[in-house]
Amino acid sequence: MSLAEAARRPLAADRRQVFDWITERGVYVGLAVLLIFNLAFTPRFGELDNIRLQFVQVVPVAIIALGMALVIGTRGIDLSVGSVMAISSALLANYLGYGPVVAILVGLLGGAIVGIVNGVFIAYVGIQPIVATLALLVGGRGLALVIAQGRLTEVFDPTLRILGSDRIYGVPIVVLVALAVAVIVAVAVARTTFGRYVVAIGGNPEASVVAGVPVRRTLLVVYVLCAVLAALAGIIQTARLSASDPSFVGNLIELSAITAVVVGGTPLAGGRVRILGTLAGAMLMQLIGATLISHNLPDSATRMVTALIILGAVFIQRQRGGP
Amino acid sequence: MQAGPVYCNDVLVRGSVEPHPATPTTPVLEVEDVTKRFAGVLALDHVSLQLQQGEVHALVGENGAGKSTLIKVLTGVYQPDEGRIRYQGEQISFARPLDAQLAGISTIYQEINLVPLLSVARNLFLGHEPTNRFGLVDERRMNREAKAILAGYGIHVDVRRPLRSLGTGVQQMVAIARAVAADHRVVIMDEPTSSLEPREVERLVDVVRRLRRDGVAVVYVSHRLEEVFRLCDRVSVLRDGRLVHTSLVADITRLELVSRMLGRAVADVARARTRFADQQHEFGDQPVLRATGLTRRHVLSDVSLEVRPGEVMGLGGLLGSGRTETVKAIYGIQPVDDGAVEVAGSQIATGSPRAALAAGIALIPQDRKSEGIIPSLSVRDNIVLAALPAMSRAGFLSDRDQDAVVARLIEQLRIKASSPDQKVGELSGGNQQKVLLARLLALNPRVLLLDDPTRGIDVGATAEIQALISKLAGEGLGIVLISSELEEVVEGADRITVLRDGAVVGTLAGEEISEEAVMTVIAAAARESMRAADDAENPARDGSTNVAG
Repeated sequence: MSLAEAARRPLAADRRQVFDWITERGVYVGLAVLLIFNLAFTPRFGELDNIRLQFVQVVPVAIIALGMALVIGTRGIDLSVGSVMAISSALLANYLGYGPVVAILVGLLGGAIVGIVNGVFIAYVGIQPIVATLALLVGGRGLALVIAQGRLTEVFDPTLRILGSDRIYGVPIVVLVALAVAVIVAVAVARTTFGRYVVAIGGNPEASVVAGVPVRRTLLVVYVLCAVLAALAGIIQTARLSASDPSFVGNLIELSAITAVVVGGTPLAGGRVRILGTLAGAMLMQLIGATLISHNLPDSATRMVTALIILGAVFIQRQRGGP
Repeated sequence: MQAGPVYCNDVLVRGSVEPHPATPTTPVLEVEDVTKRFAGVLALDHVSLQLQQGEVHALVGENGAGKSTLIKVLTGVYQPDEGRIRYQGEQISFARPLDAQLAGISTIYQEINLVPLLSVARNLFLGHEPTNRFGLVDERRMNREAKAILAGYGIHVDVRRPLRSLGTGVQQMVAIARAVAADHRVVIMDEPTSSLEPREVERLVDVVRRLRRDGVAVVYVSHRLEEVFRLCDRVSVLRDGRLVHTSLVADITRLELVSRMLGRAVADVARARTRFADQQHEFGDQPVLRATGLTRRHVLSDVSLEVRPGEVMGLGGLLGSGRTETVKAIYGIQPVDDGAVEVAGSQIATGSPRAALAAGIALIPQDRKSEGIIPSLSVRDNIVLAALPAMSRAGFLSDRDQDAVVARLIEQLRIKASSPDQKVGELSGGNQQKVLLARLLALNPRVLLLDDPTRGIDVGATAEIQALISKLAGEGLGIVLISSELEEVVEGADRITVLRDGAVVGTLAGEEISEEAVMTVIAAAARESMRAADDAENPARDGSTNVAG
């Protein structure tokens, strides 16, 4: 027994149950508390327009967090998601001349290629996920700037405007897209062999190999999925802002996405994927930002709060002693 | 053994038992009426135990009997809910394991807890390295002293090598050397021999005897009853969290001891013990598994074996003889330089567990925890994991198919879980192993490779698993069986292929099979290889050319 482990062991069973409870349901409680606080103290918070805005703003983080949840479920991490957003955004702007559908497909394809590179490095070459994706975090942003020739490009396209701003029965299209993604990922996790393989690999990679799980192929698919979802987020963000700015789009979004996943109860040690928790985690992060801003605290405060929350969530998971 | 008066009343035995005549003194360590609950479950139920100076005290019981909990209470990992612990006459409570260590109680755990990448010497001195006058680690002195300490245990290795480059047995000895190096009054050994080979067990026996001579009290937890009878002075039996028996080892027979552990009548135990060997298997004609010329530099050399349907093929040999590597090579997770594997006459790709599985070969790996179970997943998910492709349509799973298979296997193997949704990590070792067996059986395999399937499992589950192996062979499966207990291979196998240094050195069948015969084959091979080594040094002396290194 390592000393660190030993030091954690004496925790009374009831205390561990408390941490269990926080990991399982803490995110929903946090969300409820924030909602109540804002409804009480933030002017105009309960208005439909504001609620709609919160949902629209959370979409990129939520979509990326869903992919990240799969990656973290396999005991991995993907730091390159922000750069993938930038690449898909730059590609979208560049290929808009061929029509919006082609441009969107090229953007998604760009994401898929980054995902393949990540996946091959991690699953076949055997580089640690944090290192492989860190390389693409740096290199990918550079590539995006090269594609966009370092410029911000304004994007005027009617189709993209509809995607970015229109609503169906009052629900913004981007929110519907995110919901569709969530349903697909949830079904994949709960009802397919792929989903079972993801948690098996995260739970015990060596045992998964022995059990005949196609570990490499599954990892490759996971990283490709994560990158494609990040590319989708990049396209949505570009459509909503009517501009492609590869030096800023998706900056630090990996932090928000990872936080959303971990706060949502998916252990960083893998072996488990919680979809609803991840969505709630993303919303929690969104509301924290909104709350601080509406009470005149700067963006820098949001970042520090985010950092504290991720530390707290990981701490609680560790106290819990395994999934 | 019984010198002087012995106060034996089946519950508490006071006084030292051993030749060196300590007068009945205060026990070194005394547990009084200790109770420990986990979430309402009684893990220890008013347990009292006394540990005398200079005695080796065996602690036995099935898995889940409370042995581990008791040890953890003794070493400060858990706090007792009720009761007292007295150490050298004074009531104490250890807030954390370090306190117990500092007080002089050291524990050697079943799993090795060392740093694999550091050198042997570093591991030995971890936390109390000798330093020079600049406060830096004095490598030379450390290496010299480490070498001397290990030599005392009969281990001669380069202490500068990283620990992980050594075999598990040697690593275990390093752990033991580390634990008893310091000045300790009580040493607790939790299954210390589970990864040792016979030669190393002998060294451990010497170490334990030396500790006893020095007046150290040893708590010896083991599933191996031979060791209890050979090495221990007293034995305490735990069952369902209660202390059901304490006596001198000399005052109890093996059969009685097993029956106390199981809480069953002696006659039942005797029957359960012979069942494994009773059954006569009928073999098919054509081998269901044929491995030819499996070779891997420094690991395996030209290993070939055949298993017929209905046959249990035992792999004999010492730890490190290449048994595990052989089954891993057949299964495709041990890379080979050369060799072929055939299932029912058709060759399969080597180096791919998926190909092996598709051909009907399934493996229970030696290390259940690291290569077997997925602790975070449920019993159900663990059982169906390997069979998922067969239970899905276009990648989508059918609950009905899964539940049917899982329910059948849980019942067939008598897996004790609160529900199929319980996490496997929460089950006892025996039930985890049954879950792994269920995973293999869900595949309807033709060949089972079982690498030490009863390792670290309680007596009851062992008997069940052995009976199951026999039954599966009866149903026509080909089985390759490895066991760290020679007795188990001898009882269970129809044929035994004996390995040494990664090569086949003999085969025994039918009436030839006995523990003695296997050891004779190994010993003969050892003599031969020594002669071969001599010849290699003096090649001019005779004309023999075919000399293995």
